[in-house]
Amino acid sequence: MAPQTVCCGCDEPAMSHASTVDGTRWVFADLKDLLAKASPERSGDHLAGVAARSAIERFAAQQALADLPLRAFLSSEIVPYEDDEVTRLIVDSHDAAAFAPVASLTVGELREWLLSSLATASTLAALAPGLTPEMAAAVSKIMRLQDLAVVSAKCEVVTRFRDTLGLPGRLATRLQPNHPTDDSRGIAAALIDGLLLGAGDAVIGINPAGDSVADYVRIVTLLDDIRARLEIPTQTCCLGHVTTAIAAIERGAPVDLVFQSIAGSQKANAGFGVSLAVLREAFDAARSLRRGSVGNNAMYFETGQGAALSAEGHHGADQQTMEARAYGVARAFAPLIVNSVVGFIGPEYLYNGKQIQRAGLEDHFCGKLLGVPMGVDVCYTNHAEADQDDMDGLLTMLVVAGVTFVITVPGADDIMLNYQSLSHHDVLAIRELTGRRRAPEFEEWLRRSGLSDQTGALVESPAHAAGGALAKAVALLAEPEKSA
Amino acid sequence: MSSRPPVPPPLSSPEAAAAIAPPARAAALPAAVIASPVSRDRLERWTAARVALGRAGSSLPTSVHLGFLHDHARARDAVWTAVDFDELTRRLGASGVVTAKVRSQASDRGEYLRRPDLGRLLEADAEATLSHRAGSGSARAVIVVADGLSAQAIQINSQAVIEALLPQLANAGVTVGPVVLVEQGRVAVGDPIAVALGAELAIVLIGERPGLSAADSLGCYLTWSPRPGTPDSRRNCISNIRAGGLAPAEAARKIAWLAAQALRRGVSGLALKDEAPPAQVEG
Repeated sequence: MAPQTVCCGCDEPAMSHASTVDGTRWVFADLKDLLAKASPERSGDHLAGVAARSAIERFAAQQALADLPLRAFLSSEIVPYEDDEVTRLIVDSHDAAAFAPVASLTVGELREWLLSSLATASTLAALAPGLTPEMAAAVSKIMRLQDLAVVSAKCEVVTRFRDTLGLPGRLATRLQPNHPTDDSRGIAAALIDGLLLGAGDAVIGINPAGDSVADYVRIVTLLDDIRARLEIPTQTCCLGHVTTAIAAIERGAPVDLVFQSIAGSQKANAGFGVSLAVLREAFDAARSLRRGSVGNNAMYFETGQGAALSAEGHHGADQQTMEARAYGVARAFAPLIVNSVVGFIGPEYLYNGKQIQRAGLEDHFCGKLLGVPMGVDVCYTNHAEADQDDMDGLLTMLVVAGVTFVITVPGADDIMLNYQSLSHHDVLAIRELTGRRRAPEFEEWLRRSGLSDQTGALVESPAHAAGGALAKAVALLAEPEKSA
Repeated sequence: MSSRPPVPPPLSSPEAAAAIAPPARAAALPAAVIASPVSRDRLERWTAARVALGRAGSSLPTSVHLGFLHDHARARDAVWTAVDFDELTRRLGASGVVTAKVRSQASDRGEYLRRPDLGRLLEADAEATLSHRAGSGSARAVIVVADGLSAQAIQINSQAVIEALLPQLANAGVTVGPVVLVEQGRVAVGDPIAVALGAELAIVLIGERPGLSAADSLGCYLTWSPRPGTPDSRRNCISNIRAGGLAPAEAARKIAWLAAQALRRGVSGLALKDEAPPAQVEG
């Protein structure tokens, strides 16, 4: 029986992206169309009009994608090379020697290779520069959450500034003591609360309400003052715009990590007010300060599925492929940490807990596979169909998958950004469940300060610990406020 | 009836009291809860964040956990409750405010949440409804009330803002037509409404995305010369309008000032800063 053909309306292209399912032949216009149709369902791809229109069409795309040779990705661009500096970065920095071990494989065979004992921490690290973001996205689309976790858990990406992140068996946290008006005392109170609950080894980072250089300088000075007085082996960050950070560095402000939100195309990055040249300038400025004690990974990036579409910079590609391309940007700047803000963007991109969970595991997998020190902001907004139970599931899967860090806020409620991230308690609970430990330098500080015991468990009455950090920390709140 | 289970003694009985009486050594906190090492008042005086919560093992104490569930339930209901526009129409009508009701192209809440583009477009027959209600001669400004993401914001705060705003607009010589109520509307739905009515300025009151601390915040967006495709940088925003935030009367004062300035100077958004003079102290 000759198969019936369902086509996108194009003439079937020379390099065919097609598969036959139950006697029906499905043809996909190009690699971009194939990747989009193969994406597990999410609202943002429907919003963009690129999603599969039925479960069978999605399966047909996944089947065709599994049979696609990885080499095809080297000759087919999702966003044109001439138009987009992110594509140029990806293509020009591709390491053919690193790619060689998997060069003859299809996407489906890459999945098997990754799951097999051939893929170890060292072979995966060696492979990373040979994989493009599009390859990582492609293989993730034919992987279950369990597959994503199994492979991510084998990846080892270690970075350093004042402590060491990404070591096996470890889990770090970004302490995020935001305040709606950037009030110094308000930030300090939430910061101390988080330290007492053992948070902050990845970074102590503030999302500022305003973006003035003066506020940026005041915030990093406040954070650095607390860090230095308590002698905490961690790094601080004000998540203002990268150009604000550069201006603050020029004024001599104590800047540890320079932050920027990034996305997977030149146009989407322009929406964030950055280009690769601006990021390079920030990278050079941050590293020139040499403030790290055990390393100099000085950049911090945030990403998130849907960012490119919301900036109309998605070029007709699906949101997960565009997200993976953002990691292609990140890895060019040797960041200390990168995280997806997965559930922050809202239900028009990720509708419910199921979609947020899948996206969180995909983002972590693609980041790690590409050699990025990947964390996740396990989070949701009140207009998404999600709740704390969904976050419990996502956190547990991510920690089993070896996530580098997660973000924690007081009581899971960020009063500045108006969304729910994890509570400090959530991470205490997952440590109890899985035995994951904090970064070694921070763990030692917590013990030395009398806040935790030898096992890393918080002590019940640290107030009684002689010479502890607690008294110093609380005394900070009693001091008259310094003017910026 | 003989198989009926024995009735337990009333809670006030001596036997029951003995059974449920706490052990004599119980302190104010349940013994399983570890208090925060720094007392709540020492941290809470500086921030509204959920600090010094204590813990039960690694996890949240039950009262804290329930408090979070309460706040989230309120926020969820704010998103998913439909605004009773008929009742709002009656209330506004009783104060002499004329209204017209239209819908966006989002057919229900689920589609509204998934497809923000449809929430910015008017349903097919809306323009006819509007021009019919507007009658002859166009007003300079139009007030739009869109449900947005919080029904509570609209039901609790919109009438107070409108009633305070109308006389101030009249004083400033800003004419307004009927207040347009929009079901399943986003901010930009004000653009086609203003075009249909020939208004130079759109004043959109909309339910903001609810947070855990407040589920009834109303936002206001002013756009001079609104038309489809207007970028957000051309809109002025006044946020957090609610009791406990920016009071409706104060919000109305700011809106009236911005409206008059926008029409006088022919700008809105980044080109128009909110420099409304501070409120006069009464008495």
